[in-house]
Amino acid sequence: MSSANSYKNTAAIKASLKKRYARERRFQWYGRIAVMTGFVFLFILLADIVGKGLPAFTQQYIKVTLDLDADRLGVAPDASEAELLRADYLGVIRSSLRDMFPEVTDRKEKRQLYRLISIGAEYDLRDAVVDDPGLIGQKFDKWLLAHAEAASYLKGQVSRDLPEGDRKLKNTQMDWLDSLRDRDRTEGRFNTLFFTEGDSREPELAGIKAALYGSFFTLLVTFLLAFPVGVFAAVYLEEFAPRNRLTDLIEININNLAAVPSIVFGLLGLAVFINFFELPRSAPLVGGVVLSLMTLPTIIITSRAAIQAVPPSIREAALGVGASKLQTVFHHVLPVSMPGILTGSIIGMAQALGESAPLLMIGMVAFIMDVPGGVTDPATVLPVQVFLWADSPERGFTEKTSGAIMVLMGFLIVMNALAIYLRRRFELK
Amino acid sequence: MNSMTVTADGVISSPATARADLDIREHEHVSHYQTIGEPFVDNAKMSARNVNVFYDDKQAIFDVSLDIGGNEVIAMIGPSGCGKSTFLRVLNRMNDIIPICRVQGDISLDGDNIYGSDQDTVLLRARVGMVFQKPNPFPKSIYENVAYGPRIHGLAHSKAEMDEIVETSLRRASLFDEVKDQLDKPGTGLSGGQQQRLCIARAIAVSPEVILMDEPCSALDPIATARIEELIDELKANYTIAIVTHSMQQAARVSERTAYFHLGKLIEVGDTKEIFTMPKHELTENYITGRFG
Ligand SMILES: Nc1ncnc2c1ncn2[C@@H]1O[C@H](COP(=O)(O)OP(=O)(O)OP(=O)(O)O)[C@@H](O)[C@H]1O
Ligand SMILES: [Mg+2]
Repeated sequence: MSSANSYKNTAAIKASLKKRYARERRFQWYGRIAVMTGFVFLFILLADIVGKGLPAFTQQYIKVTLDLDADRLGVAPDASEAELLRADYLGVIRSSLRDMFPEVTDRKEKRQLYRLISIGAEYDLRDAVVDDPGLIGQKFDKWLLAHAEAASYLKGQVSRDLPEGDRKLKNTQMDWLDSLRDRDRTEGRFNTLFFTEGDSREPELAGIKAALYGSFFTLLVTFLLAFPVGVFAAVYLEEFAPRNRLTDLIEININNLAAVPSIVFGLLGLAVFINFFELPRSAPLVGGVVLSLMTLPTIIITSRAAIQAVPPSIREAALGVGASKLQTVFHHVLPVSMPGILTGSIIGMAQALGESAPLLMIGMVAFIMDVPGGVTDPATVLPVQVFLWADSPERGFTEKTSGAIMVLMGFLIVMNALAIYLRRRFELK
Repeated sequence: MNSMTVTADGVISSPATARADLDIREHEHVSHYQTIGEPFVDNAKMSARNVNVFYDDKQAIFDVSLDIGGNEVIAMIGPSGCGKSTFLRVLNRMNDIIPICRVQGDISLDGDNIYGSDQDTVLLRARVGMVFQKPNPFPKSIYENVAYGPRIHGLAHSKAEMDEIVETSLRRASLFDEVKDQLDKPGTGLSGGQQQRLCIARAIAVSPEVILMDEPCSALDPIATARIEELIDELKANYTIAIVTHSMQQAARVSERTAYFHLGKLIEVGDTKEIFTMPKHELTENYITGRFG
């Protein structure tokens, strides 16, 4: 129409541009600040956990000159294996320690000296001798596992500044450890026991393996139950079920179920699976079933959303060449929605992995030393193990707690990596 | 041009069509609007009788009766939103998947009612194929796009046979030369026009008896369009084709008969030549001479 008019528009738009860009910049800054705040907190959290947990992955050893005298062991030089198993290794270790510190004579002090070495050392020595009976009668140096309190001092976690009465490790013990260190008789090594042993009363002997396996078996059961049932329920509700009162009711209930506190599922598991069906207590089987009940709504809801997001044109295309409903769903809808379904499932599984309350209800809080070999063996899971260790008074367990959290997060990362890998594979097709 | 007015419901009408006896809106509530021309043929492959289609309570097709003759190409034309796609989709029951869509009347294929209780939609859609208005390849490889139909119907008995079907289908859709080196690449990575030709290849791969094409060339350049028109010419020896198009020239070039739809009613149907040279209904005339639509 008129050029004057359009010129005025240009001027008006120009005038408003500055304001619009300023608003955009401001919005971007809000976003950046929010993201950075999140990162800072995450960083603090991780730094704290890693800082506290890292020492859990090293273990202190003390080199002791052992005098494996047959007399001291209380066996004949040609003893049978059964006799060797019953020999007095503790006595040997103790007397060897006394040999190293001849000035210790007081009974109380002697006991303190013995407490530098873990009770696990005895079994280590026994195994070594049973392996090689030729050691009997020899005098040799052997690295023995240090007691948790001694290890703690060697790692620099206990300070002499603390009044002696407030700490378990006494000044004399610290002197002995210092002298051992000066003679290069102490050493930190990677803590393999942490990954090969179950729980123990002694912090230096406690490992995560039982809880790790327990978590693995529990999640296996959860996944095998919740994933297929959840996905098929979502497919049925989305693709086949008629829309009526009943399906509306089901939908509402699924959404409500997702909001039920997890401990309620634990109560349900206790009442139904353990008391009624008499399934074994503390078993990953029951834990997995309970957690799958908890995870199911999450998987169903996210799977339905993923299925809904599949463009209708793909369904039309498949139906248009004569695919049946089921073929359309399995050949086209599910593969396309699989990345979304996997994302939802992994969120559900991550929740299940971190869950402890419902598992406490079904007895998975027991003190488990043996690594479970299947889904019906008594077991505990990582978060419960974290809880148990956090609850223990010994300071050796503090680092174990953070170490266990690190393992738990490692588990989570592995799970997520697997999901991302699977998702990629589906997206490529 | 400048004497046209836009009425309340968005229909552009020239003063000529505003004459009461010809105004289509006068017929909106008349259930038996009489189609002008010859809707019925002797060798009907598909026939529709008194078809009404509703989306919820909104009626999209009003009492349409029309035959589609064997081995003929019938073009369906009409302004946007007049129900061409809707009518095409009821012919192979694609409307079944729209929950709010209701169909009344009889539609038969070779004399069998396709809405009968014994009709199987899988079989029907294998016999009556469809090319959609918007290209919709599967997010799978080009090969898999074409091979999918034959595979689920068990039409190929060996890999070689399947390769053959895929190649001939792609050739007939004049896509083969462009994609022969990338058959394993995703079909969704092709250009819009290539995607549409892929969809055509996918439809003809199952050798349907009737092919319904909903504006198959709307995303194609003139060269690809010409190739598709050649393909249609070639296909009509063996197949029956119903094509929706917005291009008068295309309708004139490829079809034997033309049906003109307006606001859900079949206004006029007849020999393409006749429709384009001497339309009987004023609305048809206005539309094909470009006075509206
Ligand atoms: N899924 C649907 N739900 C509700 N109404 C619909 C649906 N599909 C089509 N309609 C309505 O039916 C009428 C006919 O639509 P249709 O798609 O058949 O038109 P068309 O002739 O193909 O138009 P175009 O040339 O633009 O493709 C329109 O008024 C439209 O709003
Ligand atoms: Mg259309």
